[in-house]
Amino acid sequence: MTILNKNVLQKPASFYDTFIRKGGTELKTTHYCPGCGHGILHKLIAETLSDFGIKDKTILVSPVGCSVFAYYYFDVGNIQSAHGRAPAVGTGYKRANPDSILISYQGDGDLAAIGANEIIQAANRGESMTVFFINNAIYGMTGGQMAPTTLIGQKTTTTPYGRNINSEGYPIRMSEIIGTLEAPVYVERCMLTDAKNIAKTRRAVRKAIHNQIDNKGFSFVEVLSGCPTGWKISPHDSKKWIESTLSKYFVPGVFKDVSEERESIPIKQERPSPGDYHKLMQIKHLSDLDDKVPTPAKTTFHEELKIAGFGGQGLLSLGYVIASVAMEHHYEVSWLPSYGPEMRGGTANCSVKISDKRIGAPLVANPTTLIVMNKPSMDRFENEVVNGGTIIYDCGLIDTPPKRQDIRTIGLPATELADKIGNTKAANMILLGVYASMIPHILSDSYIRWVLPYILENKAFHDINLKAFDLGYAYLKNK
Amino acid sequence: MKKVLIKGNNAVVHAAILAGCRNYFGYPITPASEIAEGSALLFPKVGGVFLQAESEIGAINMLYGAASSGVRCMTASSSPGISLKMEGISYLAGSELPCVIVDITRGGPGLGNIAPEQSDYYQIVKGGGHGNYKLIVLAPNSAQEMCDLTMLAFELADKYRNPTVIMADGTIGQMMEPVEFPQPVTTFPKKDWAVKATPETRENLITSIELDPDRLEVHNHKLQKKYAIIEEKEVRCEEYRSDDAEIILLGFGIVSRILQTAVDELRSEGIAVGLLRPVTLFPFPKKIIESYAQKKNIRFFNVFELNNGQMVDDVRLAVNGLKSVYFHGRMGGNMPTVKEVIGEIMKNMRQS
Ligand SMILES: Cc1ncc(C[n+]2csc(CCOP(=O)(O)OP(=O)(O)O)c2C)c(N)n1
Ligand code: SF4
Repeated sequence: MTILNKNVLQKPASFYDTFIRKGGTELKTTHYCPGCGHGILHKLIAETLSDFGIKDKTILVSPVGCSVFAYYYFDVGNIQSAHGRAPAVGTGYKRANPDSILISYQGDGDLAAIGANEIIQAANRGESMTVFFINNAIYGMTGGQMAPTTLIGQKTTTTPYGRNINSEGYPIRMSEIIGTLEAPVYVERCMLTDAKNIAKTRRAVRKAIHNQIDNKGFSFVEVLSGCPTGWKISPHDSKKWIESTLSKYFVPGVFKDVSEERESIPIKQERPSPGDYHKLMQIKHLSDLDDKVPTPAKTTFHEELKIAGFGGQGLLSLGYVIASVAMEHHYEVSWLPSYGPEMRGGTANCSVKISDKRIGAPLVANPTTLIVMNKPSMDRFENEVVNGGTIIYDCGLIDTPPKRQDIRTIGLPATELADKIGNTKAANMILLGVYASMIPHILSDSYIRWVLPYILENKAFHDINLKAFDLGYAYLKNK
Repeated sequence: MKKVLIKGNNAVVHAAILAGCRNYFGYPITPASEIAEGSALLFPKVGGVFLQAESEIGAINMLYGAASSGVRCMTASSSPGISLKMEGISYLAGSELPCVIVDITRGGPGLGNIAPEQSDYYQIVKGGGHGNYKLIVLAPNSAQEMCDLTMLAFELADKYRNPTVIMADGTIGQMMEPVEFPQPVTTFPKKDWAVKATPETRENLITSIELDPDRLEVHNHKLQKKYAIIEEKEVRCEEYRSDDAEIILLGFGIVSRILQTAVDELRSEGIAVGLLRPVTLFPFPKKIIESYAQKKNIRFFNVFELNNGQMVDDVRLAVNGLKSVYFHGRMGGNMPTVKEVIGEIMKNMRQS
């Protein structure tokens, strides 16, 4: 008793001298009830931080629960988090600041109920943090409701007839669960019932924090703790109950310890200079290239292009190439893939707009040109084409030609032709050629021949793509 | 001119990096996933952190942790994920933590679909979380603005110590357009309030709890004062051919692009239509709208949204009964065509 008193009354340097943040008149004592475990654990942690000389770089994330005000006491960097979320908050902090020491301090409602996912996931990722878990088998702060760790038969304000396994299930053993995960380094359950156990807890606290100094990963210390107020018994009886009952279900011990074997994870924080960002981010400016081919002069032009067919026919990339080239020729462009309501009926399509003026709605409802590669798309879009517009279609795949008389129609067996030159997939490049040959002042062939290898990632098909493009470009002339 | 053809979602990632953001926490969801994937690819290359969180709750709280240290950080999601983030958003606002949240909105309620809706207006602009808070909300309508407003979002978040949201629908996220990227930001504001794991910042505290009603009221007043300054200084609104207009169209995001085409088409027929496009949804351009409402030649306002009529509430408050405000909305992920918009305007012209 005397050792305990001495320890509790002497303030370590990682505690504030006076608890100004607490407010009121009693600025030397904590807000915890007599017999509460929070105060003792606080002190063991504060002592360790002082001994290790790390209070300046320590961040304590306090939970929601009776220890929500841990920042009244700890003279460290303090962050108060939402109920159960301390391990996620800690993760964000530590990832952004790997040189810090991060402590997540939580109660059983916070950690094992509302925040069960956050703690399991942080443990499973092996976050470099130390978690202290006060298990008092009850919700202290809100007035003694059931916790996930409330024992079978235990009465609380929300289990007035005792916890019933058929309704509330069994008390959850967090240390055991976390101990089964691969990533955590060290998991131990302790208690604070006597000097011997307090000394044991002190060792656990020190080890769990030291593991983090060594950057070994995730350490977890559960502490069985009295809540005389919630249990509605005296501090003395609380201690007895922990010894006789609580610790029989939540058996103290080490559930995992690979502190020795686990190697430190090196902290690497390379920060490239801002000048390198564009390169690192793979932003390609075609206009920067030395061998650049000149682009034709800009004229008045407005095109609403719809390209449609099955997925896998390369229609989205066809649209992308057209839009890229037009952009390099200084036109305004937009490219919108079939998306949302456009995705009905198994067709893939994209809308491309090219204009010498600012582009409004990016979705092409009434194409001025339709490039179409399957029958469902022809059925769907033929009647949408504007009066006087154009349809370019693969007549090998679409056996019924368009019925419209007020538009120009160009049918060619693009897929068949592509097959003949060695790759079915180059059909889209044949169509590109045909389309470009119709608007050479917008899509110049010399420019496209130069740019294709830069735009299309797959270098293996480079030659065939060019061959296909040439074939398409000459198609209308030869016909 | 050095432009790249890029998806709006990817433009966000590049812009975030150029803005000095080095911390991304998120959970995948269509149609926002390119932002997570792009960040996973690029953040490590610039010495940054990418972490796929266990949930949107996890992600928003990781943001809370990272933001507490004063670093620039972001997350991105879409409507259902944003609903889940609401708890964390309220805490971020309460603790005054600067960060950027991207919402590529989709159809709802519930799982809805992945098509473009703008039905997150209420939860983002009016506050889906608890408490008297406001988010700064930016609504891009092009890939270029996905870049520019992302850069701006980080700046405003830091300037006002306030979470800032980029709210764009799936179309803006999925669409490719030419984007000119700016030079990287190299100077950042000092953040004396942050908890940086240093002796100088040890005294700092990040918290949203305040048990004393008087002190919590003071804190709330302080927040309201900040929001008032933001309303004073940060309104952005595009006025398109609205000077001599008799009919004012209003819409944000992708809708404004459709309205722009409608304005051009109606103007070519001699009908005096103009467009007001709020770029900032909070602060809302109420004074600008009010000034139009006071003009004699204005016949009516016509608001178009991809929802059941959410922003129109704010328009009506600004117009304050001076003129009629008509609304046309599409839901479920459908978008009005230019023809449909023009039909709606013609109908209202006959009525008013
Ligand atoms: C989202 C949310 N739900 C509920 C609460 C109310 N609440 C505050 S503390 C608490 C339980 C805390 O119990 P525990 O984690 O065991 O900590 P103790 O108070 O026993 O130390 C609850 C339910 C809250 N603050 N936030
Ligand atoms: S209610 Fe329980 S947990 Fe809370 S301070 Fe009192 S004894 Fe401690």
